[in-house]
Amino acid sequence: MAIPINLPVVQPGTQARKGNFARRPEDAPENLRERTLELGAKGEWVVHRVPEPCVEVPTRSNGIKRVPLQHTWHHKSCGQCGHIPGYSTSIFWLHRKLGLEYNDPRDQTSCTAWNYYASATSNQAAQAAVAMRNFAAAYETGYFPQIHCATSYGHYKEVRAEMVHHKELREQVRGILAKMGKPLVMPEEIVHYSEWVYAVRHEIAKRKVLDLSQITVTVHPACHYYKLVQEDAIYDPDVYGGQRTAVVTAVAQALGATVGDYSTWFDCCGFGFRHILVQRDFSRSFAVQRKIEAMRDEVNPDVTLTHDTGCVTTLDKSQFAAQAHQGVKAAIPVLSEAQFAALGMGAHPYRVCQLHWHAADYRPLLEKMGIDWRERWREFEDDVERLKANPGSFLTWEDADGEWAVPAAHPDHVKHGGR
Amino acid sequence: MTERAQLASQVPDSEKERLFNEVKADLRFGDYLYGCYECGICVAVCPSARFYDFSPRRIAQAVAREDVELVWEQMNGEVWECSQCFSCLLCPRGNNPGGIITIMREVAVKNGLHSAQQALEGYTRIIYKIMSTGTQVSPDMIRPEAFPDWGPTAKETADNLEVWRRAMPPDTMHTTSASWEVDDKTLTELYLIWHLSGVLDMIKALDESLHMILVDVMEEKLEEAGYPLS
Ligand code: SF4
Ligand code: SF4
Repeated sequence: MAIPINLPVVQPGTQARKGNFARRPEDAPENLRERTLELGAKGEWVVHRVPEPCVEVPTRSNGIKRVPLQHTWHHKSCGQCGHIPGYSTSIFWLHRKLGLEYNDPRDQTSCTAWNYYASATSNQAAQAAVAMRNFAAAYETGYFPQIHCATSYGHYKEVRAEMVHHKELREQVRGILAKMGKPLVMPEEIVHYSEWVYAVRHEIAKRKVLDLSQITVTVHPACHYYKLVQEDAIYDPDVYGGQRTAVVTAVAQALGATVGDYSTWFDCCGFGFRHILVQRDFSRSFAVQRKIEAMRDEVNPDVTLTHDTGCVTTLDKSQFAAQAHQGVKAAIPVLSEAQFAALGMGAHPYRVCQLHWHAADYRPLLEKMGIDWRERWREFEDDVERLKANPGSFLTWEDADGEWAVPAAHPDHVKHGGR
Repeated sequence: MTERAQLASQVPDSEKERLFNEVKADLRFGDYLYGCYECGICVAVCPSARFYDFSPRRIAQAVAREDVELVWEQMNGEVWECSQCFSCLLCPRGNNPGGIITIMREVAVKNGLHSAQQALEGYTRIIYKIMSTGTQVSPDMIRPEAFPDWGPTAKETADNLEVWRRAMPPDTMHTTSASWEVDDKTLTELYLIWHLSGVLDMIKALDESLHMILVDVMEEKLEEAGYPLS
């Protein structure tokens, strides 16, 4: 099959199946899931098996990845929770709306990889131990890790490969974990939330309440999702002919939006890890000149969708300064596909999607989607006033969907001192 | 003579050799470099190469040729320009130039090279945050003075932080000084990892005062939890 020039449309109900470009078995890349299971059988570690029900999705190497639908342990992202909180909230909201249970743990640290890729103030053993501590913590609850950040996901896949390949690293990490009374546990699959969204995209589409057929999106695939330890990223023969990762794009298409292609899709966003924090001239220039401008000139989308913390941050926050320069065309709203899907299913743009934390103007997008953002903002401002009048109270999931009721003070929250 | 060339002339060859050998001794090195075709494919996809005088090819080539002098120079400068995006994993030789750079940076930090200290100037508050709270960019770091180019949202966020954090449904996220609420026991386990894996020693080589502050934060918790520190 030739590689199609135009984007093929994903038909609803598409089943996972093999691509059309099969490798000879002897050329097949290493299957780290199988190696994980082999090491489990040898007693090197406990394998945390994917809970049923799961969805089988196609991978780059024509393999199958098992994505659990529920009973998931949400490995949150520090950047998402820290400054794009509607990202995490939307992921949780989608689970709740689909009736899929999950665990949002406090016994979780960041993967610490943002810092590691920025400053190198860590080392291989420490990074592996952080990953394995989190995996062991998930195993103790019985819930299976679903990883919100693409950098955590990519980094954990690096850790898995290193742990599979180097016995001495396994021994070192086993020793560290033993000191805290934890076993060595490796999940059967390393699963990113965007793989879960891909797996449930038709269920989301069934529950859509907005017509998104007038919406054109561009997609920025996250480097750490598909460039790091590449073989088990999702590639679907019906999306880009299986030549580009299908996550995000397949979701937008299932929701009925048009996905526009642009020439610099492979470029990173310019995040740079260290750069976004202390050398942002690079991040801003790269994001605007290589990504935003190309999208604007070639597609002129209503929104750009991506599936990682760093990418939302860089693409969203870099546009304000660029607008100050005459002649720089900017302001494409930037959302995660989880937020876009949640909006499509009727989520509140502020209570759930928390769009007030975003920098690029998203209001024209909401208008085009048929969302009365003025009225929704007024409701949110009412929420805020009532919360102010009730110290120690907070917005609940029920509040997020329903009519406002004065929330009662939450004992846990009071205990933690509103940190 | 440039400043770097001057510095290079003062560092004995044996020291440069020692640092190079440290890079090569990393467990990952054998998985990251298989020589170099010098084809430049990594440069074509590299974001940092577009904006800086930076080239992953030059780095892979220097390390593969064991050009100890050039590797030392790179370790003292351009490695910090890499964006760690790993686009260069497209390498037809199967190299991981970004990964080699990670190792080179690590050796620079571990040995307290002045260039690493310079590159990380202004960054130490982030190291403190991640190592002490277990999360990186916490809501209270979004200050307009720190992020003036983020536009009015940085100020609005800072002004409304406490109440906006309560105006979201997930219980774990009603926080301002960490991205989510991390249990004390979890944090203590993280501190133990930093101690046992030699990360605190790296911090000491990089920045003594940061090291002192971190040890202060961690020691009490570790002792309380009954973890011996020696
Ligand atoms: S590192 Fe790889 S891609 Fe870069 S020049 Fe060498 S062989 Fe080519
Ligand atoms: S990881 Fe570094 S060297 Fe490789 S492509 Fe990205 S910026 Fe360039």
